[in-house]
This record gives sequence, structure tokens and C-alpha cells, in this order.
Amino acid sequence: MTQEHDPVRDVENIEVSLLLEAIHGKYGYDFRQYSRAHIKRRLRHRLLCSKMENMAAMMHRLLVDQEFFDTLLLDLSINVTEMFRDPWFYEAVRKEVVPLLRTYPFSRIWHAGCSSGEEVYSMAILLKEADLWDRIQIYATDLNEVVLKKAKEGIYPIEAIRGWTRNYQKSGGRESFADYYTAHYESAIIDLTLRNKVVFADHNLVTDQTFGEMHLIVCRNVLIYFSRQLQNRAIDLFKNSLVPGGFLCLGSKESLRFTNHEGEFEVVSDEAKIYRKKMNRTGIPGRASARKGPDGQV
Amino acid sequence: MARFEAVVAGVSSGGLEALKILLPALPAEFPAPLIVVYHQGPRRDNFIVEYLDTLTGMEVREAEEKEAVRPGVVYLAPPNYHLLVEEDRTLTLSTEKRVCFARPSIDVLFETAADAYGPGLVGLVLTGANHDGSSGLRRIKEKGGLALVQNPLTAEMGRMPQAALEAVEVDLILELEEAGPFLVGLFRDQAWAGRLSEKD
Repeated sequence: MTQEHDPVRDVENIEVSLLLEAIHGKYGYDFRQYSRAHIKRRLRHRLLCSKMENMAAMMHRLLVDQEFFDTLLLDLSINVTEMFRDPWFYEAVRKEVVPLLRTYPFSRIWHAGCSSGEEVYSMAILLKEADLWDRIQIYATDLNEVVLKKAKEGIYPIEAIRGWTRNYQKSGGRESFADYYTAHYESAIIDLTLRNKVVFADHNLVTDQTFGEMHLIVCRNVLIYFSRQLQNRAIDLFKNSLVPGGFLCLGSKESLRFTNHEGEFEVVSDEAKIYRKKMNRTGIPGRASARKGPDGQV
Repeated sequence: MARFEAVVAGVSSGGLEALKILLPALPAEFPAPLIVVYHQGPRRDNFIVEYLDTLTGMEVREAEEKEAVRPGVVYLAPPNYHLLVEEDRTLTLSTEKRVCFARPSIDVLFETAADAYGPGLVGLVLTGANHDGSSGLRRIKEKGGLALVQNPLTAEMGRMPQAALEAVEVDLILELEEAGPFLVGLFRDQAWAGRLSEKD
């Protein structure tokens, strides 16, 4: 016969909630408002590999075993990406964003949720080719230090190169992509001079605060794992980290629609999901428009 | 309450031809959502969705993140993203790594939908040349749902339905032409049964 179906009382669901509380309580990482279906899949995967009985056992293990938690943290973050993923996005950046970056003497670029770094290096290559190399600083952040270390190393499996070369060409790249890496047995090592303009840092969009006065923020395929509430928090954080007129780039299936901040940005490219923070009403970049205090003083 | 609430389907090689036969059989008032993973390479345009939309009375759309699942709508997983169903019946997209070399993966959709709908789910594995969907269909069955498979002997590519048959004790093996009418009948009978029991 059909069994009772009540997700709320499902034992595994209750265990998953407790496990996420345990992670938050012990290590400070907050996955409680991430997509539950996604989190559950990743936890089940670890459960299967670790041969433990159930989520409750796994919860106890992660509380007492930091090394096990580190593995789990890697499972819970998304570490899969590619260079020049969605080539049309980079094409749009070349066309719509680069000309405006040229108008600044110096630009700061924040890549939030940079994972293992493929998209950071893609942006670095693009900006180098746009002759902006001497006028930029890229900040690449992720919540996971293991992943950040990988990003810093810039070593990728050689099989990926063919697809990445194709992506690069489709994105409007005019150089030889082979100039940007060195093949070494099974690995491709990214041109280390590309790292000169990149600072890698630990930053958590769920719990950390704003990050500098940025001209361009790239955060692609991170928000899809967040609840609406977390999405709003992250976009608020981006808005406050951007200079007026600064750009925000999201993943191709993400958008500002249905968020609290839709009205504060204008759409630069709907297809490439590029947005621009509106200028202040005065049109003067910089501080928010001054408001009169109770005594009539500005 | 009616037992069946949603249908999930997986198609791979030969998928477009299969959907061209399956979808026209479903009317606009089909009382459940149909959530589909069709393996296709990364692409930029929305051609497949727009094309399929012309073939059926149901609304065909590309699944969007956080979207609430509605009856009468066919949701197609976007290329290069996994599609997951949350227990509150909203959709999630993910870029995690390929499963069985596929993204979107049929297993990922089926497994999460099985958690969300339990015995209220109908799973259908159609033509394909790999074994994606087998473990997802098994999960649907474990949760008390209905497992359907296209006849591998007459499918354009038999390997995927065959793999599902080997992995799961399926409820029914169907010809492709029968799948649409079967689903329509299943939900119609269920609606009648519901009305009759109300009169008791």
C-alpha cells in the first residue's frame, strides 16, 4: 500500500536540520537556508562514501572530527566550473562593461564565490586583452579555504582545455588560448602572471559584510543555492559594495527579478545577466544623496 | 486526496522525436505538472522550449530557479544545469558536477522529486543511450511512486529504458505512443474516483 508521505515528519529531514544546526553551532558556517534538496543530495553522497549508518551518526562525527568536517564542507560547496563558461557572457562583458571600466583610472573587481578559480582567470585574461591590466585589482573570494588554495594554484586537468579553448574563442578571444597555460603531464598550469592582479581571500556571503568600493562584481551560479531571503542579503551586500554605476554580473539562470533590489539596478544585458547599480538621483557618483537633518542642517 | 500529483520524465538520445510524440497527447487541462530532463548540450537560445510549446496544449517552459511547480505546465531543465524539486514543490537549479556524464541528470531530478512527492509521483524513462534515470526510478519506486518505462525494443535508443528495467521492478512497460494517453487516463480515472468518494 502507499506509505505515509509527510516531509515534515520525515526522520531524515529532521536529522538533516539538526546536522546543519550542528555545523553552524560548531564551525559557524550557515547552510540552514541553502536549497534543502541540494544539501540533502550532497550529504547523502558523503554518507554513502563514509559508510556511516545515518545522518545522526554523521552529525556526531563532524562535531568531534574537524578533518571529516573539512571533507563535508567541500561536498557542500559547489566546486565545478569552467573557463569562459557561457561564452556569450564574456562577449557581453567585452562589449558592455569594458568600455565603462576604461573611464575609471583604476577599477576594483570582486569575484564572489570564485570556487577553484576558472572564472577568475577567465576575467583576468579578458581584462588583460582589453589593455586594462595596469589599472585593475581583482579580489577573488570563497567560503572554502581548500577551494581557494586550489584557485591560487591554478592547476587544472588537461582534458578540460579543449572545451575551454572553444569557450574562449566563442567569447570573442582573439589570442591563442595556449599562451595562457602550460601543459604538464595530465595537468594544465595557468599562466602565473595572471595571478599578479588577483588577491584571494576568505569571504562568506551568508555571514560576512560588504567588501570595498567595487566597480564590477561577478557572482555566478552561487545564488541559485540560496533561499530568497539569503539572495536578498547577498544582493544587498553587493549593492553596498558597488560604486554608483558599478556592474553586477549573475549566472545565466539567476536574476534580480523577485528580489528586493530590482529597482536599484538597471539591466545592461538580460541574456548575459549584467546589471548596473543606478546613479544617485543627483547623478553625481559617490555618496548617497544628502538628506536634511531635523535642524535643517545637511 | 488524489494519489498522483506530478509526472517526471527523462529522455536522452532520440529525445526530441520522443517528446514530439509524447507532448501532443497531453491536453491543456492536464491536471499535473510534467517535469522533464532532456539531455542536450549547453546552448544559448530557447529554441527547443519554444518549439515544444507549439506541439501541446500544456504550457512548455524552461524551469526557473525558485519557481513553484504548477499543474498543466511542462518544465524543461535548462541545458548545463541540474534540475531539483524541493519538498515545498519549488524548483532549484544546480551546477554541481555531471552525474552519469550528464547535466541535467535524470537521476538528480527523479531522486529529489521522489523525496518531494513520495507515492504521488509518476516516473517515466524514455529513449536514451546511457543508464541515467535508473537509480532515480528506483528511488521513486522505493518511495511508493509509479515507475514507467518505454519499451526498449521499440525505443529509438533502447539502452536507457533497458537499464531502468534491469534496475527497477517497473509497474508498466509502454510503447511511446501509449505513454501520453496512459497518463491522461491515469489522472482522469483518479479524478473520477475522487468525485465518487466525495459522494459517499
